[in-house]
Amino acid sequence: MGHNDAMPDQVPEEARVRPLVELAGGTVRFGADTVLDGVDFRLFPGEVHSLMGENGAGKSTLIKALTGALQLSAGTILLDGEPVHFRSTHDAQQAGIRAVYQEIDLLPNLSVAENIMLGSEPRRFGLVDWAQMRRRAAAVLDDLGLDIDPATTLSHHSIAVQQLVAIARALSTDARVLVLDEPTSSLDAAECAELFRVIAGLKERGVAIIFISHFLDQVYEVCDRVTVLRDGSLVGEYLTREFLRVDLVQAMLGHNAEALRSRSRLQVVEDDAVRRPFLSVRGLSSQRRIADADVDLVEGDVLGIAGLLGSGRTELARAMTGVDRADAGIIRIDGAARGPRGPREAIALGVVYSSENRRTEGIIGELSVGDNITLALQAQQGILRRIGGARQRELAQSWVEALDIRPPDLDRPAGTLSGGNQQKVLLARLLALAPRVLVLDEPTRGIDVGAKVEIQNLVGDLADNGLSVMFISAELEEVLRVGNRVAILHDGKIVETLPAEELTPDSLLALVAQGSSVGSAPVKEAR
Amino acid sequence: MSRLIKHHLFWPGFALVALVVLNTVARPRFIEISVQHGALYGAPIDILRNSAPMMLVALGMTLVIATRGIDLSVGAVMAVSGAVALTIIDGSDSPGSVGTVLIAILVGVGVSLILGVWNGFLVSVLKIQPIIATLVLMMAGRGVALLITDGFITTVTSDPLKYVASGHLLGLPFAFFIWVAAVAVVSLVERRTALGVLTEAVGINPEASRLAGVRATGIILGTYVVSGGLAGMAGVIYSSNIMAADANAAGELIELYAILAVVLGGTSLAGGKFSIAGTVIGVLIIQTLESTILFLGVSSAQSPVFFAAVVVLVVLIQAPAVHRAARQFVQRRSANVPDITPGTEVAR
Repeated sequence: MGHNDAMPDQVPEEARVRPLVELAGGTVRFGADTVLDGVDFRLFPGEVHSLMGENGAGKSTLIKALTGALQLSAGTILLDGEPVHFRSTHDAQQAGIRAVYQEIDLLPNLSVAENIMLGSEPRRFGLVDWAQMRRRAAAVLDDLGLDIDPATTLSHHSIAVQQLVAIARALSTDARVLVLDEPTSSLDAAECAELFRVIAGLKERGVAIIFISHFLDQVYEVCDRVTVLRDGSLVGEYLTREFLRVDLVQAMLGHNAEALRSRSRLQVVEDDAVRRPFLSVRGLSSQRRIADADVDLVEGDVLGIAGLLGSGRTELARAMTGVDRADAGIIRIDGAARGPRGPREAIALGVVYSSENRRTEGIIGELSVGDNITLALQAQQGILRRIGGARQRELAQSWVEALDIRPPDLDRPAGTLSGGNQQKVLLARLLALAPRVLVLDEPTRGIDVGAKVEIQNLVGDLADNGLSVMFISAELEEVLRVGNRVAILHDGKIVETLPAEELTPDSLLALVAQGSSVGSAPVKEAR
Repeated sequence: MSRLIKHHLFWPGFALVALVVLNTVARPRFIEISVQHGALYGAPIDILRNSAPMMLVALGMTLVIATRGIDLSVGAVMAVSGAVALTIIDGSDSPGSVGTVLIAILVGVGVSLILGVWNGFLVSVLKIQPIIATLVLMMAGRGVALLITDGFITTVTSDPLKYVASGHLLGLPFAFFIWVAAVAVVSLVERRTALGVLTEAVGINPEASRLAGVRATGIILGTYVVSGGLAGMAGVIYSSNIMAADANAAGELIELYAILAVVLGGTSLAGGKFSIAGTVIGVLIIQTLESTILFLGVSSAQSPVFFAAVVVLVVLIQAPAVHRAARQFVQRRSANVPDITPGTEVAR
């Protein structure tokens, strides 16, 4: 971390350019809590600047302050060197600062054109000029080099396209500063490549981009500079090309960095003869996305699932856990052939599933952390046997402590927690059921490095205690680190199942990409 | 003090107390309670008595709204229940016997429960939007009630039936005890079992609840059955009050008043967290307001506007945006005073 003090002075060519946006001594307090503490931040035209830090480091607070969603308690924002004061996001948008959030805030049942021009519809005689609207939307899309028909309904497009439409919408208002908050979390490799191409184009036009992502590779691929925050304070500003990855992680984690390095690959189960598959699937087909899949989940073993988005990895998990009805195939649980006919039945059989969509299919946002943790257990016990009062607190508290959920406040609405802590609450809910099989669909997506390592380690510990785990992740390296065996999924088929130690990130990447259409883009997530 | 203000029942409670105080100031006789023949009389007692039908309906509506639903059929269900009960009494040889009346009430409420099952089936199993599903019965129900009474207003003479709405127990109106019992039973069932929290979970996030193994279908169906049953009892009380089954007038517009009461009580129409105590206060606000209109002698032509104006006022004093504006106003005023303690409230 020697460059900490020196770096900002060494910025060569940019130093002569005036920052487009500058935050000086930015401080945000909520009551007695200081969530952003005297942070300096600068953003130059035509640069891609990454904001890095764990959850709770103050990234989103800083973004909200810059985009007018939140007012500074102290400090100033300079735009073109002039102090500005944004009272609302509208003010910031007028000044050319737009944010595209992780959870896309578009209107799915309107057309692409309407979404792009929303709020700035061209008008004629007081009425919306539909033809012009479509023309202008088409122009914006064209400008970005995107081949999307503006007349189509937004919800008919993939998340990736919706993301690009959100960016197009921001640009239709001549944004000079674009904030991309986890833009790649739902995109596959080819879609990422498309997004990065758009970003490169914007850069050339002098748009300044703040890029927030938990994928270090992407940060290194697209960002010129990175500002690191920790616990609401500035750690430093660095040029990406001169900043070693290990130093970046160290800067983000502080003293926690050792924990990241100490975790080696989990122990491989050796006495295969003793271990039997607790859940075994033969010839499973579902939703036309999974064909003839065979899977064995063995006690004490972690099966990693590697596959691109759209390979059927989520559909496989949902069909196995009764969330979706399988079209064909046999599911054996504990030796008996009985496919669960719903999540409730699966839970009763000891098979639990954690969805990739934490917010829409996981957390009950307005219920307290305590209620969220005991929800599944309560549902299983039935309405009459209420888990309440002291018993609920004790139970929830033990999980909050075991998984280090922060803040450790049982009464707080779960929706107000950070992504990583919401994921832990979800895990606590499932683990409270004392399951035999744990199916985790992208449990570490969009959460910070520290929580990610904790969850990976937790999965290892659970398997050591005899649980069967299926672990799905878009990050191949993570699949390799957590899984004892890895099933490679391609186009709805399980191509191969191999012991993790026989695979390297490169060989796994080759297997995952194999058979995909010629000329598809390289996989960005691969390490 | 600030904790008190932040309590979810503070503003509804404040509105109710303010209404009572205003009435009393306008006419001190308002809160006078007299004793005649061992029973209490007075405007507050009337309010507690007359609240009964709306209270029962709003109680069921609270649960339905908590699951993100709405039940527009409650008024029609009241009409059906009243028609069924009074037709039984009318056709009986001994309309004055307690047994006949009990059977009539049980059948009326039973039919209402079945109507609730119908609503719940449409919403939870067939997944029809609640507003449409219950609209069906809202429109058809009064027709069914007219069929039952042969198109007439059935009137009966029956002392036990009259007692339901007009009788007194321990000096207080019997109808008051009915709604207190209903509120107590529903509250106990919701909060002493896990039903309340599971209902809220289903209302906030149905899919996440399903994945957590919550029986969402059963819970949603159940709320419509409860709503139907409570509306049925409300229909009996209404009929007992006028000693007639009037298919057109019974429970007219009560669904909208009930929704208003639920919202005044702080339960969001978006579903999720609900407050039964809030709903009780909401109904009392509406009922007190209706008494106020009578009491102040507002002409019938002006009363809807008067009613609406007060409701808008009550909604406004509960609105977070208004609270924020008020706080900023106070802060700006006090900012002119030099010495102010810093950091107590950070402007957001």
